[in-house]
Amino acid sequence: MTDIAIEAKDLTRTFGSFTAVDHISFEVRTGEVFGFLGANGAGKTTAMRMLIGLLAPSSGTARVAGHDVYTESEAIKRSIGYMSQRFSLYEDLTPRENIRLYGGIYGLTRQQIRERTDRMLARLGLAGVADEQVRSLPLGWRQKLAFSVALVHDPRIVFLDEPTSGVDPITRRQFWELIYEAASAGTTVLVTTHYMDEAEYCDRISIMVAGRIGAIGTPADLKKQFGVDSIDELFVRLARPAEKRIPDPGSPIPDPYFPSDTKP
Amino acid sequence: MSALDGLLRKEGYHILRDRRTLVVLLALPVVQVVLFGFAIRTDVNDVRLAIVDPAPDHATIELRNRFVSSSVFRTVAVVSRTSDLDPLFETGAVQQAVVFESGFASDLESGEPAHILIISDTTEPNTGNLVQAYALAVIDGYQRELASPRRGASALAGAEAGSALAGAKVRVAIVPAVRMRFNPTRESSNLFVPGLMAFVLTIISSLMTAISLTREKETGTMEALLVSPLRPWEIIVGKVAPYLVIGFISVVAVLVEARLVFRVPLRGSVALLLFEGGLYILVSLSLGILISARTSSQRVAMMGALLVTMLPNVLLSGFIFPIESMPAALRVVSYAVPGRWFVQIARGIMLKGVGLEYLWLETLILAAMAVVLLVASTRSFKERLE
Repeated sequence: MTDIAIEAKDLTRTFGSFTAVDHISFEVRTGEVFGFLGANGAGKTTAMRMLIGLLAPSSGTARVAGHDVYTESEAIKRSIGYMSQRFSLYEDLTPRENIRLYGGIYGLTRQQIRERTDRMLARLGLAGVADEQVRSLPLGWRQKLAFSVALVHDPRIVFLDEPTSGVDPITRRQFWELIYEAASAGTTVLVTTHYMDEAEYCDRISIMVAGRIGAIGTPADLKKQFGVDSIDELFVRLARPAEKRIPDPGSPIPDPYFPSDTKP
Repeated sequence: MSALDGLLRKEGYHILRDRRTLVVLLALPVVQVVLFGFAIRTDVNDVRLAIVDPAPDHATIELRNRFVSSSVFRTVAVVSRTSDLDPLFETGAVQQAVVFESGFASDLESGEPAHILIISDTTEPNTGNLVQAYALAVIDGYQRELASPRRGASALAGAEAGSALAGAKVRVAIVPAVRMRFNPTRESSNLFVPGLMAFVLTIISSLMTAISLTREKETGTMEALLVSPLRPWEIIVGKVAPYLVIGFISVVAVLVEARLVFRVPLRGSVALLLFEGGLYILVSLSLGILISARTSSQRVAMMGALLVTMLPNVLLSGFIFPIESMPAALRVVSYAVPGRWFVQIARGIMLKGVGLEYLWLETLILAAMAVVLLVASTRSFKERLE
């Protein structure tokens, strides 16, 4: 197995005349917690969607878990877990049923599903509500459950798209404990966020500005390199010159989830 | 445990736990049958009839008796002069009058034209036309009996029945009697039940599929399915198969209710009808998938389904309005409406009792639509990933 979990080279995606992701290149090492930072609309989600096979790149190359994103998306799908910005569990199913559903989808046996369900519910402290509908659980619990469900099949890489937005600080801290736990078990984690304090928790980060990577490295190196005290400061400095690139309201940024314009 | 199995189970939970929608889905067909059966009737009953018979003779009495004995008419007045009718019509006391000329029987017997004038209240043109057609049917029945030699001889001893027939003339403008042919009891419920099946199946298949697929897009769960190793067809089958089951339950419910409450006949093969129903459900499900591929919110999907499937299938399928009486342009459009073919097939099987030997063309068209739409909808589902 190679030491590189994710490898992107000149990865680009355009929507009509708008370039959402502009020739980005980076590598993520196996077992690393890699932070993908950027303002809203900077292209984080679009980049992630290309890597997980939801969106075809316009140009450039990328390999995820050793598989090519153009030709081996099926193999990629089997080796990754994904937790979207939006809640990805079924609210009218119970935690147990959600785990069983996704376990089945990823081809686990009945026996495996049963074992992992019990372990997971115990770890999250959700055993008492295992048979309540998810909609009745607090948001923080649901997010932690969604994260565990994304890991139900022991993926080599897990992609987290703003997993902690709208969650209280304590739950966020617990959430990051779960992330570290997964990473120490050998899972590579790619996480997008716009909380700068979370950036400090990552092994390495990249800051996206208007579709490009403005800076990449460990949080400590970046602070030294740019001569700033915090990632927050660095972020603001990088993001400011780009503000004039933000499209006017007459040409809204395309929805990366359901682009109406699917021209290559 | 297979992935598909899990998907089907999950969709089952969605349906069973959304109690209100489930109740609506199951009650809808049953309530629709009652509504259409009792409220939306195109046939008429209890028509208030006036008779003008200046010189009663055995022929006019005979004919009057026939009007009285038919369940459609109720004779409310017998007068001797036509001018007596005016106040009756003006107050709405009568809806139709039958006017005999004096010497009716002797005219018939001598082979002269025997005149009957039918006057109808056409404030409501459709009802007026129908009532006229009923009256003509009664007169026609009488004439036909006269024409048959045995009955003619006893009714009009020594008369030249044949020439009497030719002479009995009726002055009426329009005779809309064509579509009664396979519906001798003139029950509109016989005609509406096949159409109603198409309507109910459209709602369940197109509308519910479109809504349940866009709901997954709205909540974000669709993404989780798309990122998983599931193939597009597995996702689609997992989503729509449960609605296929509900669709079949509804068809059976409508048929049973139509049979028990309205005594609508089912003269042809039940198996064939269910097969054709299955084809139509496939067409509707595919349309639902196509609609959901083009929309990203449940509200838009609902409006889209109403516009693309419900309206044409109700208005242009011949369910309510006969296709023959549509303008040529709409008639052409109706060829593209799946409901049109299904309604024809269902009427053929239920009312005429015919089989595939007469319905192969319609079946072929419906099957072709199903194939084309299924392929298109699976493809549109894939394209969205790019």
